[in-house]
Order: sequence, then structure tokens, then C-alpha cells
Amino acid sequence: MELFDNLALGFSVALSWQNLLLCFTGCLLGTLIGVLPGVGPIATIAMLLPITYGIDPAGALIMLAGIYYGAQYGGSTSAILVNIPGEATAVVTTLDGHQMARNGRAGAALGIAAIGSFIAGSITTLIVAAVGVPLTKLGMLFGAAEYFALMVTGLVFAVVLARGSVLKAIAMIFLGLLLSTVGTDVNTGQERLTFGISALVDKIDFAVLAMGLFGFAELLRSLENPEARDVVKGSLGKVLPTLQDLRDSLKPILRGTGLGSILGALPGNGAVLAPFASYALEKKLAADSSRFGKGAIEGVAGPEAANNAGAQAAFIPLLTLGIPPNAVMALMVGAMTIHGIVPGPQVMTRNPDLFWGMIASMWIGNLALLLINLPLVGLWVRLLKVPFRLMFPAILIFCCIGIYSVNNQPADVMLTAFFGLVGYGLLKLGFELAPLLLGFVLGGLLEDTFRRAMDLSHGSLMTFIERPVSLGLLVLAAIVLVIAVLPAVAGKRQEVFAE
Amino acid sequence: MLRRTFIGLTATLLMGSAAIAQTYPDKPITLVVAFAAGGPTDVIARIVSEHMSRTLGQQIVVENTAGAGGTTATAKVAGATGDGYTLIMGQMGTHAAAPALYASLKYDPVADFTPIGIAGITPILIVARKDFAPNTMAELADYLKVNAATVNQAQAGIGSTSFTTCTLLKAQLGLPKINEVAYKGTGPALNDLVAGQVDFMCDQITNLAPQVQAGTIKALAIATPERSPVLPDVPTTKEAGFPEFQISGWNGILAPKGLPADIQAKLADALNQALSDPDTAKKLTGLGTVIPNADERTPAGMAAVIQRDIKVLEGPLKESGVVIK
Repeated sequence: MELFDNLALGFSVALSWQNLLLCFTGCLLGTLIGVLPGVGPIATIAMLLPITYGIDPAGALIMLAGIYYGAQYGGSTSAILVNIPGEATAVVTTLDGHQMARNGRAGAALGIAAIGSFIAGSITTLIVAAVGVPLTKLGMLFGAAEYFALMVTGLVFAVVLARGSVLKAIAMIFLGLLLSTVGTDVNTGQERLTFGISALVDKIDFAVLAMGLFGFAELLRSLENPEARDVVKGSLGKVLPTLQDLRDSLKPILRGTGLGSILGALPGNGAVLAPFASYALEKKLAADSSRFGKGAIEGVAGPEAANNAGAQAAFIPLLTLGIPPNAVMALMVGAMTIHGIVPGPQVMTRNPDLFWGMIASMWIGNLALLLINLPLVGLWVRLLKVPFRLMFPAILIFCCIGIYSVNNQPADVMLTAFFGLVGYGLLKLGFELAPLLLGFVLGGLLEDTFRRAMDLSHGSLMTFIERPVSLGLLVLAAIVLVIAVLPAVAGKRQEVFAE
Repeated sequence: MLRRTFIGLTATLLMGSAAIAQTYPDKPITLVVAFAAGGPTDVIARIVSEHMSRTLGQQIVVENTAGAGGTTATAKVAGATGDGYTLIMGQMGTHAAAPALYASLKYDPVADFTPIGIAGITPILIVARKDFAPNTMAELADYLKVNAATVNQAQAGIGSTSFTTCTLLKAQLGLPKINEVAYKGTGPALNDLVAGQVDFMCDQITNLAPQVQAGTIKALAIATPERSPVLPDVPTTKEAGFPEFQISGWNGILAPKGLPADIQAKLADALNQALSDPDTAKKLTGLGTVIPNADERTPAGMAAVIQRDIKVLEGPLKESGVVIK
């Protein structure tokens, strides 16, 4: 079996003492910076790039990759503990993960996130190794029109995400879409909705919006209500998930892995959709969907698995084609070129040790993350016991440092404070903020792909219907919408008959 | 009395300046890259600055401040003190194309900067999807004239090297208006070219060469006087019968205006040593980057390149009607 020979080669590279140490260091660093709100993997990798100059390319990339998926994992920790998503992909985790923490089950949430991520990571590693190349070819079928149709499907799922009023959720999604249009237009170079403020010229950064709406707004809300300040009252609960938790989570984890590995392999950052899709799917499949948003463990297990699977599958276009699907992967391309390896379709044949070494290190990295994080769960949970007057100023300071580190722009910190006020106002009016962030994330991709599809078809809307994949996705979106709306309609009808 | 004071003052000033140059650099130097980490400009900056740090005995810290096609960071550096501790890795876009593209550019690429030298030259390739009908530049020119209404050209965003050079190409070939598809950077554009969703584009060799070598896309010509050792089979535009299309992307180090001449010389010398180092040169040429010749890597040589390209690009870019506000 060629696959096993290749994996054996990979493990022989990844299991050297030096590379094991680098992988572990990367994962640990990644976890720590992921936990710190705002400090993302991009800033960290860019800062640590010079340190890797002295290491051989395989070792350097193994460490940088460890930082990346460590950060993806750590981002969930802050989402669960303090309701701040460190990364776009951790937004969904705030919904049920933080509720679990409030219910005294922070340990179970963190534990299931670690276990779910490990299972997803292990399976995705095999997928990358076995079918990475065919998946790349599949990804090639995804042009702008198909991507647009996928985003529309994603938006429809977003409505399903709504906890309270559907109308308010839709309003928030649209506000998110609107915010995503702020900044310089790609096609014409004209500024839109910037009001002459130079900080807005390059679009609003996700970190700025997320830290403001979640971090700062949460802080403001806690200040007005001293009783709700402490996340956990009374006991911390069991530190690790129970057997029943594991049983409830297994299927969501497997489904999340499937979604994550497919969406992550798409060019153009499909991975951001994976946790949202997984959450919507679990909510639909659940026997009692009303538990979602109140601390359902499936709502953490599925999206966390999808998130990790997506993060790893995002390496597929980079490794097989040399084309980075997102900003972190673009940085990995830079790291490779600085180390004298020009990423391209031939890395696999020219540098097999590097290629398979990286894939093997993914699995080792996932094991390292599990080993790092399970013992840390107890520590993180105890952090919740830190008094409010100490914890929240610390969060505020870390948020500011993190945001500054993204672009080295002081204006970004001011903008975050502004969104903090906006978020506080919206919370007071009873709006959910997660749909806003989803709208914002999808909005940029939605506009980008729609306009590109129109450019490519020379202005013909028929392109969305003529292309089979695009048509299929749009039909799916329509079906989901009908299913989502039907029960509401049926329910109303019953009420009418009851009277 | 007055005269003596003046002499004394001048002497102090001179000594002060000499002392500054002698002790320079006595703290880390910031090299601003106006683009995201990992991109072509960033990679060249990091490779060159790593060697320069060793020569100067002080760490050169690369600081990425992306935004508005690199003009945000460039404007910021233009307003900084010319003391040698703030430098920028300028490139064709920020220092040659920007004046013609931006309605209100907040800096003057010539007057506001002191050039140090060119650090790397990246040849421009004209590439197409692998099953696109034309195989040579002549065929492309004919094909575009007939099929202008249906062809799609990719570009990596207004103001990008990809956009600028293809605008120049179309102006020089006297081509009709061709449908442009804008992408956010070379990565996504290249992805669609490999997938066959778009027909052709122009861009720097750095990202394209591995794809051409693997046969996922094809290169029609390279816009340099000589063939690239990375892609020896690709003819030059001159060989292909279009000698007037000569353009290369370049990256070079500049300081804010007012940089003392001795510090300028010190930095230029460090750059020269970096480019003369076989290891550093190998890393750059591996990317398809051409090492600037002895003249281009000097302050005067770089100034000449900037002025030449401002002139070359001004007409075609203004005629394209694109103005960034």
C-alpha cells in the first residue's frame, strides 16, 4: 500500500525528537494565544517566523501548523469561558458552550471540545492523506457561482440558528451583511460607507467586530448588574464530561467532521461555514431542539469537530496545489518560500518528506492538543472563580493588545470600543449578536462571489441556474427554508383551529 | 564673537552628525511592509533583512501594515523621521503606479523618500488556463482582437501589480476593452485560472512558476530582456515579437526624506552585501526573483527605476479611467 509507505515516511520525519518538540511547542503556543482574546494565529505566526529561520523547513512548518490548529482550539476556550469568540469559527461555540459554563458545566464543554477536536483531527488527517488530491479536483468545480449558492444556503441555515425572535435574527443578519460592505470596493477601488474615516477603508476586521460586540459589550453588561457578574455561582461541576455526554456527542462529532472536511477543502475559506452548518444540522436532527442555546452538548461537540476538521482540511489546497485558501495559509506559503520551498503542485513529489511529515505531524499535533488541554480544563475552569474586578480588566487589556496586534493600527482599538457600545445597545434591546457576526462573515464572501460570478458570466444571472452544482445548492436552500418555515406556519394554523 | 560661535556650532553639528553615523544603528530598525505577511513583498523583505541585520549588528524587525493597496503604510512612513530606524519595502505599486491611480495620494513617492536600493526584481509573466486556445503572444493578440467580447481576464485587485501590468499590456497592444474579473489577491485569481474559470492574466513570476512547471497553467511570455532560469522554456516578449512590453515588478528599500547621507550609504552597503551573499541570492532566485545589478541596488539606481516606471505607467493607467478615491 502506497499510502502506508507514505505515512510511514511521514511519521519517520514527524517523530524525530526535534520535530516532536517543535510540534508540541507550536500546539502549546497556539493554545495560549488562542485563549487570549484577539491575539490570532496570523499575528503569532508572523511574529515567530524569524525564530524558525534556523530550523529545517519541515520542522518550521510543523511548528507553525501547530500554532494554527492550537489557536483554533484555544479560540473555543475563551468562547466557552467568557463568551468571546477568538476566531470566526468559534462564534457558534459561544451559543451553547458559554451557556454550559453558566450552568456549571464548563468542564464538560471544554472536555467535549477537546475530545471532539481530537476525533475530528484524527479522521481528517486520514482524509487529507488518502483523498487530498481527488478532493482538490472536486474543489476546482467550485467557481464563483457555486460559492455564491453555498453562501445563500449558509444564510438560510443562519435563520435556523436563531434562538429567539426570527424577525430580530433576520434583522441582525442584515445588519451584519451591511457592515461587511463597509470599505474599499474590490472591483472599482471606491470607498463605501467609510464617512471619510481612514480606519474603515480596509473593511472592518472580524476581530474588531467580534471583540467589540462580545468582549466589550459583555463587560458593559456585567458592570450594570453586579449579580450576573460571576459566570459560575456555587460549584464548578464535574471537570470532565460524563459517559452520557460522550454518548450524546459521538454522532454530532462524526457529522461535524464530515461537514468540516468537505467545506474546509474548498478553495476560498469554506472552513468558516463548517461550524455554522454543523450547528444548524444538529439543531434540526435533535429530538428536542429547544435545548439548543441553553447549553446543549451537541451544540458544542458538532461545531467544534467541524471547526477542527475544517482547519485541517484547509491544508489540502495548500499542500496539493500550493494555493492558500485563507490568510493563515497564505502566511504558511510565505514561510515555505522563506525556507526555500516554493509551494506548488509538485511539493508532494519534490519534497515528499516535508509533505508527508506535515500530514503525520497533524495527527501528532491533535494528540498533543488533547494531552495539553485535558489537564488544562481544570485550570481554565478555576479561572472562572477569579473575582470579576480582576478578571474583566484583564480581559479588556488582552482584547486591546490583541486587536492592536492584528494590523498595528491604534484606530482598530477605538473601533472595537465603538462596537462595544453598539453591542451593548443591541443586547439591551433583546437582539442576538451571533447572527450579526454570521451575516458579517458570510456577507463579504457573498458579495465577492456574486460579483465575480456576474463578471465571469458577463452580467447574466442565468449562470446560477445553468451550473448544476449551483442550482443544486440553491434548491437545497429553498427546501431548508420551506422546512424551517412550515412548522411555524403549521403551528399558527393549529392555534387558529384551537380557538 | 558671533563668528566663533557659528564655527563652534557648525563643528558641534558636524561632529553630532558624524557621531550619529558612527553609532548607527544602536537600536533595532523597523522595516515596514505595506502588505500582509507571506506575500511576495514580505518574503523578499524577510530574506534580505535577515542578512542585513547581521551586517548592521542590529535586528531589523519586519512590521506588516497592510491596507489600501499598500498606500496606508507608505503614507505613514513618508511622515516618519528620516533617522534610519524606520524603513519601508516599497514596490512598483506604492512608488510608481500609485500617483496615477489614487485621486488623493497622501505622499509623493519621489520627494518624500530617500531611496536605498532595489532588493529584488520579479519578472512579469503572461499566463493562461491550460486549454486556452492561444499558445503564443502573437496568437493571444489576434485572439483577443476577435474575441474581446467573450474573454475574461483575471486581475488581483485594482492597483495590484497584476492589474497594472496587464493594463500596460493591453494599452501597448492596442487591444479593445476586455472583461476584467477582480480578485482579492493573486491566490484566488490563480485558483480560478488553474480551475479554468478565467482565461488569462499577468502577474509576478513568484506564485506562477510552480504552476507553470506542473503544467496546471501555461505561460505565453515573460516580460524581461532575458529568459528566467526558473522557466527556461518560456520565451521573452522580445522573442515573441512584442519587444515594447518590458515591465517587471520590483521591491526596494526606502527611508523617509532627510536621511543623513552616511546612514544612507551604510544601509546601501548592507543591502549590497546581502544581495552578494550566495545563500541569500539563492533563496531569492529560487522564487524566480532577479537579483538587481550593481547599479540598480544603489540609491541613484533605485531613484532612476522609480522615475522610469512612474513615466511608463502614467499614460496607460490614466487612460484606463480607473481612479481610486
